[in-house]
Amino acid sequence: MKHLAKLTLLVAVLGLSACGGNNFLGGGGMGAGAGGAGAGAAGDPNSVAYFNETVGDRVLFEVDQSTLTDQARATLDDQADWLLRNMEYNVLIEGHADEQGTRDYNLALGARRAAAVEAYLMSRGITDARLSTISYGKERPLAICSEESCYRQNRRAVTVLQAGGAGA
Amino acid sequence: MTRFYTTLLAVLLAIASLGPQSVVAQDSPGPLRIEITEGVIEPLPFALPQFIATNSGAEDAAGDITRVIAADLSGTGLFREVPRSAHISTVTSFDSPVQWNDWQAINVQALITGSVTMEGGQLVVRFRLFDVFAQQPLGSGLQFVGSPDSWRRMAHTVADNVYQRITGETGYFDSRVTFVAQDGPKNARLHRLAIMDYDGANVQFLTDSRSLVLAPRFSPDGDRILYTSYESGIPRVYLMDLDTVNRRPLEDDTLTMTFSPRFSPDGQSVVYSAERGGNTDIFLLNLATGDRRRLTDAPSIETGPSFSPDGTQIVFESDRSGSQQLYIMPVSGGEGRRISRNDGRYGTPVWSPRGDLIAFTNQQDGRFHIGVMRTDGSEERLLTSSFLDEGPTWAPNGRVIMFTRETAGANGAPAIYSVDISGRNLQRVSTPGMAADPAWSPLLQ
Repeated sequence: MKHLAKLTLLVAVLGLSACGGNNFLGGGGMGAGAGGAGAGAAGDPNSVAYFNETVGDRVLFEVDQSTLTDQARATLDDQADWLLRNMEYNVLIEGHADEQGTRDYNLALGARRAAAVEAYLMSRGITDARLSTISYGKERPLAICSEESCYRQNRRAVTVLQAGGAGA
Repeated sequence: MTRFYTTLLAVLLAIASLGPQSVVAQDSPGPLRIEITEGVIEPLPFALPQFIATNSGAEDAAGDITRVIAADLSGTGLFREVPRSAHISTVTSFDSPVQWNDWQAINVQALITGSVTMEGGQLVVRFRLFDVFAQQPLGSGLQFVGSPDSWRRMAHTVADNVYQRITGETGYFDSRVTFVAQDGPKNARLHRLAIMDYDGANVQFLTDSRSLVLAPRFSPDGDRILYTSYESGIPRVYLMDLDTVNRRPLEDDTLTMTFSPRFSPDGQSVVYSAERGGNTDIFLLNLATGDRRRLTDAPSIETGPSFSPDGTQIVFESDRSGSQQLYIMPVSGGEGRRISRNDGRYGTPVWSPRGDLIAFTNQQDGRFHIGVMRTDGSEERLLTSSFLDEGPTWAPNGRVIMFTRETAGANGAPAIYSVDISGRNLQRVSTPGMAADPAWSPLLQ
């Protein structure tokens, strides 16, 4: 059983280094956002907090759809305006799905939603180089009940600001 | 797959030398037989007196091995153990003559006897199977030699032999399951790849919980797994060698999401989904040459590919019709032909190792089902129903399916369940915590 011993040891070491670093929920998005430096006060129209809360960092989707609603387009218009004023930020667009679907399909659906947002922001003048996408499928729900009131919040695409754009 | 149990010699010796009763098996199967396909309502009663420990070093193993054999057989739902408290005969020696009348009197149909010996640091397990009403052995006695660590595998191997002799089909007990172990609240779940015996014993973790990991899949030899990990920042397919636990991305240069991988039956290629610009299609990668071929080319979502056992066809899901449905295409790719035709959405198709059936997830009216259909879409049967059942995986013999069942609500949690293809014998598989995405290995070698 040599291999078992080796395996256990390896996992133990990895487990140690993983301690303390497992917070998925930094900022509005799941990935490494720009929540730290430059976040600023929500009153500052160039702050990340202003983008997340006042402009709105997310758009919601209908069940099994990736079509942007009128409300979503209005939010993305405001996001595009903000991004054109704040060139120091790039964005990562996270696509998500609710739990009513199989895992693989929801990954693909989340990617479709993220791509819909990306395409719209590009149409509003944000350059390709500032935009990237990721799908979390149904793996990272924001609201955890199993009812439509939660599902509608989870069918989302979140625009996560990342420091490092052209102006930085 | 000798990787985790390199010490198991798995020597199968017909023990002609073991005594007067070790007669060679009859040609005719005799009355002691279960036809699995007919769907057994009344399990076959068996007696399993504790295996005889022939020396003092073997006592614990004898008890443990007997217990695991009984659990394997009873767990199928095809067999029912007659409790020891009902036994009339006491088996005191592996070679003592069978008291047929004593077993017939308590309606035992199959009698399994065995012995365990510690010899030179190795366990030696012997067993015999008897057809009580025919008053004959069913098959010859067998002997297995292995390290004391491998006692569980030796027990599973005995149970596989009993299963095969009575049902005429290969067993599935000496097998493993890889899965995703989960921990933490629903909105901040931690995921780790894990592997265990089919019955939930010997759980080991293969990754730490820093990266989100999804849906591991075994290679045909059981020596490698494919899975999807976010460790590079974007979801990508990884290939892990189970012997070394070394892993590498399936492709070095992909900048897009790749997921939903499965091996070809020869283990030489991987079929998987890749996404670009929001569109997901299916690709085939030759592991030796790195040659990557696009198999589908449509603006819809094509994912969940699974090979036929002969390697000539691939079943997959697509929402090109407006909702998820199942299609089959040749391994060269193409549009394929739709095979799902009843109500609801169909996803996660998996071709049976026997080639006869395709298991799938069906979603309709807010419920999820695991089901099976023939490869032309006919004879569809939904086997389960719950708030969320998904992701079937086949037992090596194509008779049992494991899947993920997740409960509803803020405290909802995933667990692994198994069900017969008849829809009977639904059971929760023991795991140390929350568990999802099971993938069943082939029978170990």
